[in-house]
Amino acid sequence: MAGFLARRLLNYLVLVVVASSLAYLLAASALDPRSNYADRTPKPPPAVVDAQLTALNLNDRTPLIQRYATWAAGVLHGDFGKSVTGTPVNDDLGRRAGVTARLVLLGLACGSLAGVLLGAYAAVRQYGWFDRLSAGVSFVVLAVPVVVLANMLILFGTWANANVFGRQVFLVSGEYSVGLDTGFWGSALDRVQHLILPTVSLSLGLVAVFSRYQRNMMLDVLGADYVRTAMAKGLSRRQALIRHALRTALIPVATYFAFTFGTLLVGATFTEKIFGWHGLGEQLINSIFTNDVNTVAAISLLAAIAVLCASLAADLMHAALDPRVRAG
Amino acid sequence: MTLSEEELGEELIGARESRAPSRVRIVARRFFGSRQGQVGFAVLVLMFLLAFAGPMLSPWSYTDKDFTAFLQPPSATHWFGTLQTGADVYAVTLRGMQKSLIVGLLAALVSTALAAVVGAFAGYFPGWPDRALSWVTDLLLVLPAFLILAIMSPLFGAGKWVLFVIMLALFLWMVTSKIVRGMTISLKRREFIQAARFMGVPPIRIIFRHVIPNLSSLLIVDATLNVSAAILTETSLSYFGFGIQPPDVSFGTLIADGSRTAVYAPWTFWFVAGLLVITVLAVNLIGDSLRDAFDPTSARRR
Repeated sequence: MAGFLARRLLNYLVLVVVASSLAYLLAASALDPRSNYADRTPKPPPAVVDAQLTALNLNDRTPLIQRYATWAAGVLHGDFGKSVTGTPVNDDLGRRAGVTARLVLLGLACGSLAGVLLGAYAAVRQYGWFDRLSAGVSFVVLAVPVVVLANMLILFGTWANANVFGRQVFLVSGEYSVGLDTGFWGSALDRVQHLILPTVSLSLGLVAVFSRYQRNMMLDVLGADYVRTAMAKGLSRRQALIRHALRTALIPVATYFAFTFGTLLVGATFTEKIFGWHGLGEQLINSIFTNDVNTVAAISLLAAIAVLCASLAADLMHAALDPRVRAG
Repeated sequence: MTLSEEELGEELIGARESRAPSRVRIVARRFFGSRQGQVGFAVLVLMFLLAFAGPMLSPWSYTDKDFTAFLQPPSATHWFGTLQTGADVYAVTLRGMQKSLIVGLLAALVSTALAAVVGAFAGYFPGWPDRALSWVTDLLLVLPAFLILAIMSPLFGAGKWVLFVIMLALFLWMVTSKIVRGMTISLKRREFIQAARFMGVPPIRIIFRHVIPNLSSLLIVDATLNVSAAILTETSLSYFGFGIQPPDVSFGTLIADGSRTAVYAPWTFWFVAGLLVITVLAVNLIGDSLRDAFDPTSARRR
């Protein structure tokens, strides 16, 4: 088991290095920080622009490989370089990572839990009304991209605030209200109000995918001999389903989890940008528009690490659920 | 009736009796026999008609601006209303739909072809080609496609949408190629491939003549589902300004513009969003019922 994990970890480490190097090289060659200085008035002299770009390690006249070496040496010391405005990239990164992590983890927990439970229930009551309804709804949800879904939720939220509640229940912009002074419980409630719609927008797609997947896996397992044996041994139907059938059916879903995590990060990027959360995803989109190579590279590195942590978590879950993996 | 004609007639009858129904015909009958398939196909045909023939019905083109009607609700002159700029929503929506459909179809075709070739080569040649190709596949799976496409977006200037399609396709093929690789490994042990190998057919010819055609059902289903994936990715990228660039329009750019005015001018958002969802839904329905139609073990529809 330890050898298996060590090999996996090494493989992932190599993938992270390659992926983030690729992201840096792509960003450095596709983005053009020099153009930021072109429409300033008065126009700065070329020598000044060159000096400034060199100081930020963004000068496109320096060979790409040399810029990459400087960047990589910095990253190894935990320094992601400077943004186009000259401030260190590291400054804001921690806070923004916290915002994104809150959104992603909550969305993931809600989405996968609800998806697995709905799918398992639909499988137990196969061809019942719930099964048909959940199949239809998830089919429609899968056809709605996150950008449209988030906008629909904002429209729904403002409509519900005006027509159903008559007051601001769903808050659709930002992580919290600025300048609110209502003590701990007041600001906690405020944060929850801001959190509801983005979490729904992020997890609805996950629920749809996971519930379909879990249903099919569960159906394969339900007729298996060991479930019948478990019931013959005297377990109630509920116990047999949860302890034996659900656990086995979870194994492929755990593997699938690693694949969906990348999609989830992208979904979080859209959700952050649309709901005005100041997280990493929003920063990424803004920094591409401002040709901020170092910030883009830093966020790509974090994204690669996050995806691989998810794969590692999936491996661990797989090992926990399936004894054959531990033995082999 | 002459003898030869009689012989010919007998031959025809004999041929009709002995001819096994072709695979294409079986699949088509099963596909159109299912409600899902019928509905999906009909809706998609309608969407194509709307996108390519619809603009001829309206007097407005997508570049026209009506300076007497800014942000007007749907009316007899402007069927879907107008935008803030005075552009006719019906005309721009159909134009965006054309672009999105073309981008989706092309990207799906390219990515499925890529998946077939890479997967088949990786499965057919064990050893270092397999390891190298599988490693590249894993690497691309790790990198979020949106991130890379967004970083590269400055390269897709106005009018360079073909490059955009190719890049889009480059990030859609990985999962399919893994499946193709697995199936190729098992196909390679089958007698007909062995026979071809012992007859001295070169490996590349075997891959293109025997391996890939035998995976055609998987590839057709996958290409269909990739169309919807490509349309969705294109929409998201264009929404943030990373995909199709103005003055060209696509579903994504229209939804981005519409969402800003959606609260007080719902027609700028809901027509585009609705058409997008219906299109993707139809494509997914077709993909699902094609999968059922190709699958010989799937039970007949109830």
